[in-house]
Amino acid sequence: MASVELKSICKSFGSVEVLRDVNLSLEKGEFVVFVGPSGCGKSTLLRLVAGLEDITAGDLYIDGARMNEVLPSKRGISMVFQSYALYPHMNVFENMAFGLEQARLNQAEIKARVAEAAEILQITPLMERKPRQLSGGQRQRVAIGRAITRKPRVFLFDEPLSNLDAALRVDTRLEIAALHKRLSDTTMIYVTHDQVEAMTLADRIVVLNAGQVEQVGRPMDLYEQPASAFVAGFIGSPRMNFVTGETAEKHGAHTLGIRPEHITISRDAGEWSGSIVHIEQLGSDTYVHVRTEEAGIVNARAIGANAFRAGDDVFLTFQSDAVHLFNADGLPVGSART
Amino acid sequence: MTARRWLTRAGFYALVVVIIVQAIFPFYYAILTSLEDGQALFEVNYLPAALDFSNYASMLTSGVFGRQILNSVFVAAVVVVISLFLAVTASYALSRIRFRGRGLLLLTILSVSMFPQIAVLAGLFEVIRTLGLFNSLWSLVFSYMIFTLPFTVWVLTTFMRNLPIEIEEAAIMDGAPPFTIIRRVFLPIMWPAMVTTGLLAFIHAWNEFLFALTFLSTDTQRTVPVAIALISGRSEFEVPWGNIMAASVVVTLPLVILVLIFQRRIVSGLTAGAVKG
Repeated sequence: MASVELKSICKSFGSVEVLRDVNLSLEKGEFVVFVGPSGCGKSTLLRLVAGLEDITAGDLYIDGARMNEVLPSKRGISMVFQSYALYPHMNVFENMAFGLEQARLNQAEIKARVAEAAEILQITPLMERKPRQLSGGQRQRVAIGRAITRKPRVFLFDEPLSNLDAALRVDTRLEIAALHKRLSDTTMIYVTHDQVEAMTLADRIVVLNAGQVEQVGRPMDLYEQPASAFVAGFIGSPRMNFVTGETAEKHGAHTLGIRPEHITISRDAGEWSGSIVHIEQLGSDTYVHVRTEEAGIVNARAIGANAFRAGDDVFLTFQSDAVHLFNADGLPVGSART
Repeated sequence: MTARRWLTRAGFYALVVVIIVQAIFPFYYAILTSLEDGQALFEVNYLPAALDFSNYASMLTSGVFGRQILNSVFVAAVVVVISLFLAVTASYALSRIRFRGRGLLLLTILSVSMFPQIAVLAGLFEVIRTLGLFNSLWSLVFSYMIFTLPFTVWVLTTFMRNLPIEIEEAAIMDGAPPFTIIRRVFLPIMWPAMVTTGLLAFIHAWNEFLFALTFLSTDTQRTVPVAIALISGRSEFEVPWGNIMAASVVVTLPLVILVLIFQRRIVSGLTAGAVKG
């Protein structure tokens, strides 16, 4: 039995339709990431599951029970908010205990649960502090701790890392992954606009675009076999190169997609020729932007440091088995692979 | 350049002294006068010549001044309580619920507070008479609300708007019913803002003169500002300065004490509200 099931979910705010006919089925213990550009409806979908918004049409089931009209606190879910949403006048312990008090647990049980969550997140020494005395990363831990203490069946994250600086974001991402391993019975739904977070954390990714599910699948499936040009462009960093016009038509497609890592650069010979307009050195990789006659500006990856300079004339060759072909509607031509 | 620096510093402190004297001296002179009696009143002195509390004693024991202080306390306290209750509930709606005409409503509330008192006096008098509130303290509670409510609603609405809505949603997810959310989450966070606005509403109600003069007709119903203005001497040629000053000091002290008690709250509230938790 699926842990969370969404059947033909629709959501409108007044006359604006934000979600259209969303069908999803999440397994127990699965880590699912909703990803998409801003305004695609991913946060709204999460808030529908949480019960913070009403479902306009369709049904939501958690562990087989219909949840449309059930109060948020009775759904067996916990949520971590983007801004942490800690209660500013309570200390860390009170923040974590508040939900348990509302559930009328006895004091000993509350203390035990808070202590356990604090232990997992290593915030035991901070118990007496107020949120304003904590750093951003510590606040985030408290917010996660508050969610853990309720022992939810489903754990919801609404862009939890977007307020952290880059280094802390990577650390916290790893911690969330570790938390998922530890709470293996808990289904997790995680909303982000960052495809790196989606790729690294997810068991399955749900790509949303303009209120509809574009594709659902394991990260590498989405990477290797995107179901549309939109998914192909959204998953993978840096972005896939898209080539239209004569060059694409030669391959029998409206749009030809090729990832930077599937293009090799050479000074001597290749399929496309052009001159380098810009070079991005990342240390392990170098991304070379080449203006070609056949395909416009193409981004290609070269491994390690190399001798290319802006202005150099180079040739590009792409691996023909890694090419994605799309028709005018952005859908794959026949099979995505040639 | 040191001479010039000394000059600037001296100028700065001279200015400080001027401002302090300007602010404190009238009240100091009132205290001074209240402690003197008879002819001593008319001798100009800047240090207390005698400590004579007879003015205070006669104010508080003879006549109805004690009763009038209670009237003022009652009116001001009721105005504060009702204003805050209505303002908290109204500001919640105005800041969190989207409805048609919300902006217009807020502007209307603001414009009401800009009416000069004298403009609404005649009409308000009719309303008070129709409601049968004439010469009742409730007439003041009713009319003061016209000026305290717009102010409290505006301040609390602005404050509430700056509270992240996610805090409220977190409380919903934690399973807190609406009343618990207000009591355990909203009120503790809004407490400093409520103290500040409540104190200002209290001061307004405590000091108001025109309505109190118009809507009340008997001595036992009067509030202190009117009462002090109407204190008369033994003959129509005598102004009992000693008694008036003693009364003024008595009615000023509660305000000073209130501000001193809540001063810390006010300051901490103003700063804590600005930083997200």
